[in-house]
Amino acid sequence: MSAVRVALFATCFNDTMWPSTPKAVVTLLERLGCTVEFPRAQTCCGQMFTNTGYAAEAVPLVRSFVDVFGSYDAVVVPSGSCTGSVREQHAGLARRAGDPGLEAAVEAVTPKVHELSEFLVDVLGVTDVGAYFPHRVTYHPTCHSLRMIRVGDRPLRLLRAVRGIDLVDLPAAEECCGFGGTFAMKNADVSIAMGSDKARHVRETGAEVLIAGDNSCLAHIGGLLERQRAGVRTMHLAEVLAATEEDPS
Amino acid sequence: MSRTFVGMPKFQVGARHALADTQLRRNLAHATRTIRAKRGAVVGEVADWEELRVKGAEAKDRVLSNLDTYLVELEARLVEAGATVHWARDAAEANGIVVDLVKATGADEVVKVKSMATVEIELNQALEAAGIAAWETDLAELIVQLGDDLPSHILVPAIHRNRAEVREIFLREMGKVGRPAPEGLTDEPPRLAEAARLHLREKFLRAKVAVSGANFAIAETGTLVVVESEGNGRMCLTLPDTLISVVGIEKLLPTWDDLGVFLQLLPRSSTGERMNPYTSMWTGRTEEDGPQDVHVVLVDNGRTNVLADVVGRQALRCIRCSACLNVCPVYERVGGKAYGSVYPGPIGAVLGPQLRGRQGKLEQSLPYASTLCGACFDVCPVRIELPDLLVHLRTRVVDDHRGGLPSAEALTMRAGAFTLSRADRLEKAQNAATGVGHLLRGRASLGRVPWPLSAWSEARDVPAPPRHTFRQWWAKREGGRG
Ligand code: SF4
Repeated sequence: MSAVRVALFATCFNDTMWPSTPKAVVTLLERLGCTVEFPRAQTCCGQMFTNTGYAAEAVPLVRSFVDVFGSYDAVVVPSGSCTGSVREQHAGLARRAGDPGLEAAVEAVTPKVHELSEFLVDVLGVTDVGAYFPHRVTYHPTCHSLRMIRVGDRPLRLLRAVRGIDLVDLPAAEECCGFGGTFAMKNADVSIAMGSDKARHVRETGAEVLIAGDNSCLAHIGGLLERQRAGVRTMHLAEVLAATEEDPS
Repeated sequence: MSRTFVGMPKFQVGARHALADTQLRRNLAHATRTIRAKRGAVVGEVADWEELRVKGAEAKDRVLSNLDTYLVELEARLVEAGATVHWARDAAEANGIVVDLVKATGADEVVKVKSMATVEIELNQALEAAGIAAWETDLAELIVQLGDDLPSHILVPAIHRNRAEVREIFLREMGKVGRPAPEGLTDEPPRLAEAARLHLREKFLRAKVAVSGANFAIAETGTLVVVESEGNGRMCLTLPDTLISVVGIEKLLPTWDDLGVFLQLLPRSSTGERMNPYTSMWTGRTEEDGPQDVHVVLVDNGRTNVLADVVGRQALRCIRCSACLNVCPVYERVGGKAYGSVYPGPIGAVLGPQLRGRQGKLEQSLPYASTLCGACFDVCPVRIELPDLLVHLRTRVVDDHRGGLPSAEALTMRAGAFTLSRADRLEKAQNAATGVGHLLRGRASLGRVPWPLSAWSEARDVPAPPRHTFRQWWAKREGGRG
């Protein structure tokens, strides 16, 4: 079988602030036999602009996304929310821009864009990725993973197959953590109130590590946990799945 | 009773106030959690729930795209059945019509069935100004009215009150407007309900005029439908001589058969019951049975503006079940009042700016009162894409302000879009960030930081930028390979 050629869309946030996540994706996918490419011209899916009402500002980013990724068979994204932005919002932005060429290009590329857990389970057909992570963890299914792109229990299936892991259920897991992009700043009080409840639920599990598929939500919940000196660290799903006995993260 | 929503501040102000109200937080958390669980259980029983949702959405869309013909059909059927139909463009017209109708009967009081439309148009205030007392007969509306309060939930307007508060309000206020609360009233729910029953009964038996809304108006037959739990509606709809129903023009259903779908969707979504206890239907006037003077006031009040927006119009499918409120994490923490109208929660954040326009600060802030978590869409029985509508309205708000002096946010967004539009620009910005990362020598957190990031760091530590971006690492790796 020839190696699957994959384009990694790191996302601007991971690229800049959480490089260990896309690094982990590279480690993991190469371990599973993929050839990973990182098209350097990539930047951002535009989600922050779209969701704050700046559609006009987001359109050039849609254009650049299809230019950069149009020629690949598979694009892997370590973020449920950025995957959602591409798959659920780019078409509307292209329509709004009144550009049929862009609309067609978006339509062609979006089915090839996969969130990491979708790519592993649906495209590669694996749930046991050979990871080893001997820690007590809990998993927060971020809203856009859950309700926008509907990854279902794929991340949990992947985590259950990790050797040594002690995965405990997060109470009220499906409730939003209160991040919400610019909501976290524009409605900081409500955001913090929501995040405090999420952080409390995390602490109730006695977990050492909180895992999710979106570093943005983790920055919010993690920021609260850290302020509380809670003794819980946050990790992206990719980093847990990349960890092995020989190469722990 | 004279309290109104006029002049409410932007959402953040009301929210901050509400977040500090510990009693409110506790009541809301408890009430919404209970009703969410009930709804989940009864919806889970219905195997074809998703199909029902699609059918509900389709029926409403049929109404909305043929509103002109269905409204005329409804009017014709109603007139044939002996009702008088009135048309009101806005709240003032609707209130004027109702006030005149009540005055014509010589009555100085009306009993009311819980109705969103009449709260929306502030009918009680208009009646009061005309010297007519309006008695709310739904238990929760009664609590709000007696407490000189504002409603904070569509279905349970007094959701922010607990039993002890209700008892106090009853003891203090009932005697001022009618039969006082029984002596020794406790805060047990059956005792509170009994107090309300005794208090309301004399009003029911005395009233000559009732004012209602309608959950549905069936074009094919001219039938109005009110769905309720307490039987107070049935009293109001059958005892008085005159019945005036104030109905938003989007309440239409095309056919009698469509009602079957909605009578499955509404109670399960709303109260979490398989069926509500009382469903009243009436078609105009029935000789020698019930009210003999039957009026229907069809109200626009901004609805045709909503209809004109091809994206936004799906908000008019709403059947006011309040499932989206109960599941909304923002609503759960701030309650209804911060939304500044009778329609709170996700649907209020969408309907408010659409019905009232986007000129006010409150209306501009409402589309942002959501994390876009999507829980509302999943429970909405008529599949209103609330997160998409919120984003659509945000775009409207931003576009309204283009051309003028740009705000700090607009400037930041523009600068961000410029930086992110090309990888070389992004790399330059990243180099600055990793420069800071280097200075920090691998510190994981910045803790607290100054404005404007202080909005973040007030309660959340700020992550420190890393020493290398991913693309720097990648370039090095590729270089090493090359
Ligand atoms: S928007 Fe949907 S869920 Fe919310 S009140 Fe209306 S019908 Fe119910």
